[in-house]
Amino acid sequence: MFTLEALFSVMSTQRTEALDVERLREDFPILDREVGGDIETPGASPEDDTPLVYLDNGATSQTPERVIDAISTYYREYNSNVHRGVHHLSQEASIAYEAAHERLADFIGANGAEEIVFTKNTTEAMNLIAYSWGLEELGPGDEVVLTEMEHHASLVTWQQIAKKTGADVRYIAIDDEGRLDMDHARELIGEDTEMVSVVHISNVLGTINPIAELADLAHAYDSYVFADGAQAVPNRPVDVGELGADFYAFSGHKMCGPTGIGVLYGREELFEAIDPFLFGGEMIRKVDFEDATWNELPWKFEAGTPPIAEGIALAEATDYIDEIGMEAIQRHETDLADYAMTELEEFDDIEIYGPPRGEDRSGVVSFNLEGVHAHDLASIMNDDAVAIRAGDHCTQPLHEKLGTAASARASFYLYNTKEEVDTLVEAIDSARQLFA
Amino acid sequence: MYRQQILDHYKNPRNYGELDDPSFTHVGENPMCGDALRVDIKLADDDETIEGVSFKGDGCAISQAAASMFSGELRGKTLEDLDAMDRDDVIDLLGVDISPVRVKCAVLAEKIAQDGASIYRGEKEEMEKTTTEE
Repeated sequence: MFTLEALFSVMSTQRTEALDVERLREDFPILDREVGGDIETPGASPEDDTPLVYLDNGATSQTPERVIDAISTYYREYNSNVHRGVHHLSQEASIAYEAAHERLADFIGANGAEEIVFTKNTTEAMNLIAYSWGLEELGPGDEVVLTEMEHHASLVTWQQIAKKTGADVRYIAIDDEGRLDMDHARELIGEDTEMVSVVHISNVLGTINPIAELADLAHAYDSYVFADGAQAVPNRPVDVGELGADFYAFSGHKMCGPTGIGVLYGREELFEAIDPFLFGGEMIRKVDFEDATWNELPWKFEAGTPPIAEGIALAEATDYIDEIGMEAIQRHETDLADYAMTELEEFDDIEIYGPPRGEDRSGVVSFNLEGVHAHDLASIMNDDAVAIRAGDHCTQPLHEKLGTAASARASFYLYNTKEEVDTLVEAIDSARQLFA
Repeated sequence: MYRQQILDHYKNPRNYGELDDPSFTHVGENPMCGDALRVDIKLADDDETIEGVSFKGDGCAISQAAASMFSGELRGKTLEDLDAMDRDDVIDLLGVDISPVRVKCAVLAEKIAQDGASIYRGEKEEMEKTTTEE
């Protein structure tokens, strides 16, 4: 007889089945790389002598073979411009490129390709809305509400648009453990709020922000919500409908896809109402010497030759991570971050930023080792081929708030192992010894 | 990248502090690292020969060790010598390969001293501070 506990235990094991990391690592040729040799000529060199430990996934993730193959197949077999061509290759490319929009729509719970615009990256997606919607709609007295943990992609963009339009930027404060102060959010969001632009998951703190709750607040005042999902879409299930965001953006290169492509989601009726950001070919329907009308969605927002190979490869990357399972990836990443934090908490001279271990947080762990500048730490760890990020992580105001110019950040992904976390901790210890 | 010499200069910086009666003083920062330095220079009666140098500030080991070594190197040199120095001179002093993103840290003290000298001689307009961002 099954006991209830046993049944639940079976169910929960199925739900959170551990990743077969050793097998997954075989999908990523770069993970076999050693480093340490000549950096002037990119790529492996005979002087490379230390196996790479790649813990900079928050900046960019690595690319599996099948995504590399998708790019290669495109250029070898059907490289061609999209939309305009009647010839065979163009038709193949157009069908694949349009299907990629459908695939990404499906992945984040959008209604269809008309709600998915391919951009260069998350930053460009942010600028697209800030310029096309913001310049048109914002004026003196209007407010854009951001957070203190905002990435420069949104912070700098809205700052500049506010300067051009006379609007004001307000920042939702964070508490001592790096969570949004929701009481402050309720104070700030009001009649004058036109846009609430928030990072879904902080790229420094790992904080997961309550987008749905913020969307309810914003919508009560007919304000829009733009969520920056660059650190969320790669590592957990995201459904834009459930989040209630009007706009949502993320980057391909952080989710096993190529660089040079990002995704902007927008509700169809909003996309219909907003003017294009960039003008030119592909985005028009009819042009004469006086004026032009716009193409249908989403092409109205994709002027010029779009990132065709990148879009098709991003769809392949989406298939790849989706087949592994977004919940399993989320669990793996959270487990590694939890393990890293447990190890780092052993040391009194290490300060970790963001919500404490055990809380719902993402797989980025930002920290400082007392007496060693983050850049020195990253340089010393590089001697051991451990790749981490050091600096302000495009969040200078947040770092000012944290009281430090820079922090070190380890960020994990589906192919990282506990052994790599151990290497990280050992490398930190060598820095500690060196500076002692 | 971190030879013993660099760590020694970082932990025990030479010429650290402020001069009583500097001919000129200039400050600068490297926003990426948050490195910040103040450099004081005292010239001899010829208004050309560097007689005294001090620096003060904080930041990463590369910026602080480079400032310490550079300040020692400057004493006895002329403003013309200072002007002629470039990034390779500092990197030679450090005696190690500096990864490209860290060059900004290494040259901070040198750039501050050069800008300070240019302002002193009226060749450059007053500026709030030198930055090594570009």
